[in-house]
Amino acid sequence: MNELSAQSRPSIGRGFRLQWEAAQNAFVLLYPEGMIKLNSSAGEILRRCDGAATIDEITASLEQAFSTSGLKTDVIAFVAMAHEKHWVSLP
Amino acid sequence: MNAAAAPADAPSSVSGPVRPGPPLWLLLELTYRCPLHCAFCYNPTDFARSGPELDTQEWIKVLREGRALGAVQLGLSGGEPLARDDLEILVAEAHELGFYINLITSGVGLTEPRIRALKEAGLDHIQLSFQDSTRQMNDFLSSTRTFDLKSKVAALIKRYEYPMVLNVVLHRLNIDHVEEILEMAHRMGADYVELANTQFYGWAWHNREQLMPSRAQVERAEEATRRYRERTDRAMRIFFVVPDYFERRPKPCMNGLGSIFLTVTPDGTALPCHAARMLPGLSFPNVKSASLEHVWFESQGFNHFRGNDWMKEPCRSCPEKVRDFGGCRCQAYLLTGDAANADPVCDLSPHHHLVTEATARAVQAPARAGESPGSAVEKPLIFRSPANSSNLFP
Repeated sequence: MNELSAQSRPSIGRGFRLQWEAAQNAFVLLYPEGMIKLNSSAGEILRRCDGAATIDEITASLEQAFSTSGLKTDVIAFVAMAHEKHWVSLP
Repeated sequence: MNAAAAPADAPSSVSGPVRPGPPLWLLLELTYRCPLHCAFCYNPTDFARSGPELDTQEWIKVLREGRALGAVQLGLSGGEPLARDDLEILVAEAHELGFYINLITSGVGLTEPRIRALKEAGLDHIQLSFQDSTRQMNDFLSSTRTFDLKSKVAALIKRYEYPMVLNVVLHRLNIDHVEEILEMAHRMGADYVELANTQFYGWAWHNREQLMPSRAQVERAEEATRRYRERTDRAMRIFFVVPDYFERRPKPCMNGLGSIFLTVTPDGTALPCHAARMLPGLSFPNVKSASLEHVWFESQGFNHFRGNDWMKEPCRSCPEKVRDFGGCRCQAYLLTGDAANADPVCDLSPHHHLVTEATARAVQAPARAGESPGSAVEKPLIFRSPANSSNLFP
């Protein structure tokens, strides 16, 4: 189990699929016989978890997209939670 | 920015007629053909007189209309869906449309060429059913010789890098084998195991007396599951679906009829749950002549049990109705003769004694592991087969 750091490159976990659902106006995580409807913050983070971007890069991208700053703590907390739930894996 | 993952955008409270959200779950029962003859199958006992199966183009129309309505989880079931030789075509179409595709199968017919083709077509997940941990009981309960074949299929599923989800239906004749079942699942490398206690519809309803476990059996099985979870690394996740006959509150069946679930039978009848066709006074359109949009939003059969207006006491004034929706309409109908009654699993129901009497009878003829299958009761199990269906409904 890899530790989460600013240089981690999270990707969507095995068995999960992230998808935009227009009918729900939300990103959803799909898995065998189930679905998690994500709020907009969770969706915006997870769509950036492509296995290439680091936590720092994901944070910078979010801060630019939403014209804000100081998101790193939130991003790390969310990715840690998502990792715990197997929504993302850390290579 | 608050990075919580709690479900967002909860619908604001509305008054007036109930406007449902999308049918998030679309289940296609592609065929009633099945190589197994399970005595606990939920398919209707009169399936032999069902009309001809939809053809490929008709199923594709259902997929397109369902996806346009917002359906996202797709179940392909039956019968045995692998009995359809156009399964790969349907999976490819569903994948193209953006469904998450679950194949619910006995594994019979899942050869290496087919699993490879299904993987290439975009199948996301395979749920494999087992009837027991032993060849003898598996084969007896499904009235076939399939245990070794299923074990091979389980290995194929692993090799093609699918999450391994095993489903085992529990009842009086196998519930004492829970520990062995979990060990078998572990040996096969299962990621998830569903220990699904029999729900009494269809063939299971017909065989209820022979399949009903005793309360002591259910408690032993729960205890065995708990012990197993404790002594293993939890890599294998176990879902123990509690048998509702032993509960005091009903299950929130289908999250309320017509709320998130839409199923289509082999002949094209659209239903708000697998068993709803039995409910009197409801009419269900056929997808050959009606659009799924009409089915979902306009049809009498889907609208009748939406909201709370149909409820009788004790549900009508019950604060818990928002949680359990009065339970299961089919169970209310089967046990009390009126689908608008409270599900008699609820101990507030005046008909609750019908449930407790059924479970009490199971105590009088307890099954024991190791006993030859079926010997504990005099009445024979009626296995699901076209011949038995025709016999029951000449």
